[in-house]
Amino acid sequence: MTKAQSLWNHGVKIGAIGGVSVLIIALVGMIESFGKRDIISGILPMGIAMALIICILVAYIAANKTPICEKSVKFANAVISGFVTSGFLALLVAIGRSFNIRDMFVGASPALYKALTAGIAGAGGIFLILAVGLICGIFAGILIILNDLPRKLIINALATIFVLGLLQELIIPIFKSWDFGVTNYLGKLFYTQNGLTIFGTVLAAVIYCIISLLWKANQDTIKTTYKDLPKGTRKKVKTFGFFVLAVFLIVLPQFLGLFLSEVLTIVGLYILLGLGLNIVVGYAGLLDLGYVAFFAIGSYVVAILTSPEIFSFGFNFWQALPIAVILGITAGVMLGIPVLKMRGDYLAIATLGFGEIIRILVLSDFLKPWLGGAQGIGAIPNPNFMGFQMVKPQHIYYLILAGCMLVVFISIRLKNSRLGRAWMAMREDEDVAQAMGINLVATKLFAFATGAGFSALSGAIFASKIGSVYPHSFNLFISINVVCLIIIGGIGSLPGVVVGAAVLMGLPELLREFAEYRMFVYGAALVAMMLLRPEGLWPEARHKIELHGDDETQTQTAA
Amino acid sequence: MAMLELKNVHAHYGKIHALKNVSIKVNKGEIVTLIGGNGAGKSTTLKTISGTLKPSSGQVFLNGEDLAKYPAHEIVKKGIVQVPEGRRIFGQLTVMENLDLGAFTSKDKKKDAQTIEKIFELFPRLAERCRQVAGTLSGGEQQMLAMGRALMTNPKILLLDEPSMGLAPVLVDNVFKTIKILHAEGTTILLVEQNARMALKTASRGYVIQTGKVIFEDDAKKLLENEMVKKAYMGD
Ligand SMILES: Nc1ncnc2c1ncn2[C@@H]1O[C@H](COP(=O)(O)OP(=O)(O)O)[C@@H](O)[C@H]1O
Ligand SMILES: [Mg+2]
Repeated sequence: MTKAQSLWNHGVKIGAIGGVSVLIIALVGMIESFGKRDIISGILPMGIAMALIICILVAYIAANKTPICEKSVKFANAVISGFVTSGFLALLVAIGRSFNIRDMFVGASPALYKALTAGIAGAGGIFLILAVGLICGIFAGILIILNDLPRKLIINALATIFVLGLLQELIIPIFKSWDFGVTNYLGKLFYTQNGLTIFGTVLAAVIYCIISLLWKANQDTIKTTYKDLPKGTRKKVKTFGFFVLAVFLIVLPQFLGLFLSEVLTIVGLYILLGLGLNIVVGYAGLLDLGYVAFFAIGSYVVAILTSPEIFSFGFNFWQALPIAVILGITAGVMLGIPVLKMRGDYLAIATLGFGEIIRILVLSDFLKPWLGGAQGIGAIPNPNFMGFQMVKPQHIYYLILAGCMLVVFISIRLKNSRLGRAWMAMREDEDVAQAMGINLVATKLFAFATGAGFSALSGAIFASKIGSVYPHSFNLFISINVVCLIIIGGIGSLPGVVVGAAVLMGLPELLREFAEYRMFVYGAALVAMMLLRPEGLWPEARHKIELHGDDETQTQTAA
Repeated sequence: MAMLELKNVHAHYGKIHALKNVSIKVNKGEIVTLIGGNGAGKSTTLKTISGTLKPSSGQVFLNGEDLAKYPAHEIVKKGIVQVPEGRRIFGQLTVMENLDLGAFTSKDKKKDAQTIEKIFELFPRLAERCRQVAGTLSGGEQQMLAMGRALMTNPKILLLDEPSMGLAPVLVDNVFKTIKILHAEGTTILLVEQNARMALKTASRGYVIQTGKVIFEDDAKKLLENEMVKKAYMGD
């Protein structure tokens, strides 16, 4: 490929892809609605930050994809790409100012143009956009030319700033809740009412760089020291680590206000759901899209047994819970039997149908005398723990935490068990698994049953947390959310489920503006993940290979 | 009594009549080969033995016991293990994990460890690569792994489906050498092959299958001399 060809293929074409992406987020109104929140107070609204990130990322990709080794060509491609990307926006502003295109694109509002041009009227604003695009391109080009270390430092420092700005609503209340002079002072140092202070921005970047440089310099010694520790001590360090984590998780809701605790419980319920589906999809490789059905069953069983509205069984939460889980497991087996012979896409479609069947049954007038129809069932009492009413989300949090601990424990044990190995083999190749003596029927049903049980557990807690259940709470999107969070987190990975749930369920709750674009963002995130990091955010340590030599894990599996 | 016997076996895939009245015997300690062209029904024959495809009529006996009532995963426990066509190792898992899964039916960890030692002696290459992801092994190594995985159960009878397929000539020689070693150690083997010459040189008896029917059965030496067989399967 000649240089000129590369400039066209990588610079211009990839730049155009970036341009179209930025146009989309502008025209669906994201830049505008995210413009109300500042990353850096008064300087960088989040909407603009998103556009800049896309522009820089695309320019970086353009340079990275350039097959010609000469740095000048790569640099040129980055610059061209950045410029082309901004060209699209400039064009949008130029056209949008002179013609009315709002009939077609609702998002193409004067406010958008104002946000994009930083309020500069006339040609000046358009030049500004182009100049910023050019700068983004140059910046990406510089990143490409730099060595690994400074490049990583710059990228991660910027990411730190972005995340700190993004999560301000999470962080500020934490600072405040401590109510020490120091934390209040720190809070004021870093944050304004809306966004980071300039000083805070710089400080965060500097602190990040210092920490990461220190870590870089010492990581080898730390790692080898840890490895050289006698086994007993190493175990103690690990236990201590778990202890710290446990304490952190236990005191966490004390620092978070009502709202954040609420968010945390939502994330927690999705973690439970994710851990369950992770067994079905991640371990056993069975794509189940009707997973919400078991969540619904768990919820409704608790509702029917505990609420006085329809029947007056008068069960309390703890009596209803095991019944909910057992019925969930039964439903899992019942779904499993007819779909035993199905694989891949067929299985996905069949299970999807099952999920809808359950929802429609619950909604039906026919079953209304028992399930409450569209009105659902209300007046579900809060769980009572040794005489203590669990009313607030902070209380439910502990219930969910306990559920998660239990499920994580079971998941880990299962994974290292015979059953776990059978799942692994089945996921890889069903026929050969059978030829190795694995009972496919039992193995599949166990996967469905375990997953369904976890899901029903989550549903049971959900019902008593909300206090009422409605058919529309159990739609297909819940299944899709759970599948997405597993994929984003890393299929088969337990920490991946936690990260996936936090990112997909927690972030949108914190950023209310997201709600409208939730599905759009999920789609974009999935595509981006598949392209950039197909293994997920926190992939399974597929290489327990190293652990295999480690006698610790061997005794574990033998036990 | 033959160790393994197929008696008048018919098998169908829906309407396709893939095996027509196939009868095969394998005695204890023998290597018997089943040769035939593409689509002749060789793999189907093995499937009816390992239970993944149930005969539509006829029986499969192991030491005189009819296997019809056992599902495929139970038949493995009876001591019949198959090395599938095209190797089909678990490509995402490590060599060691593949071998572990081979021992799935075994409950005796100590014995498994000994078996692994034995397999590593037979295939030192696998020992060197035991932590490597199996999908990255070369074709020859994958064949070793597939055989090793099957041997993990210490089978009474080993079913090999075209083990030489797609391997370079040197590696083909290795595969047949291994088969001889296993045989010398007392494993009974039913060897399915398209490489008729090598297979007949290794085996004591042979069957020739064509469009689902056994058309010849004889001592391997005699089949090697058979003009028809020579013409049809050895390109002479
Ligand atoms: N899963 C299947 N479904 C339908 N027909 C099959 C299937 N497997 C094999 N066949 C057919 O059965 C016949 C025998 O196939 P096979 O036993 O695989 O042949 P070989 O192993 O000798 O090459 C062929 O005609 C083939 O097309
Ligand atoms: Mg075949």
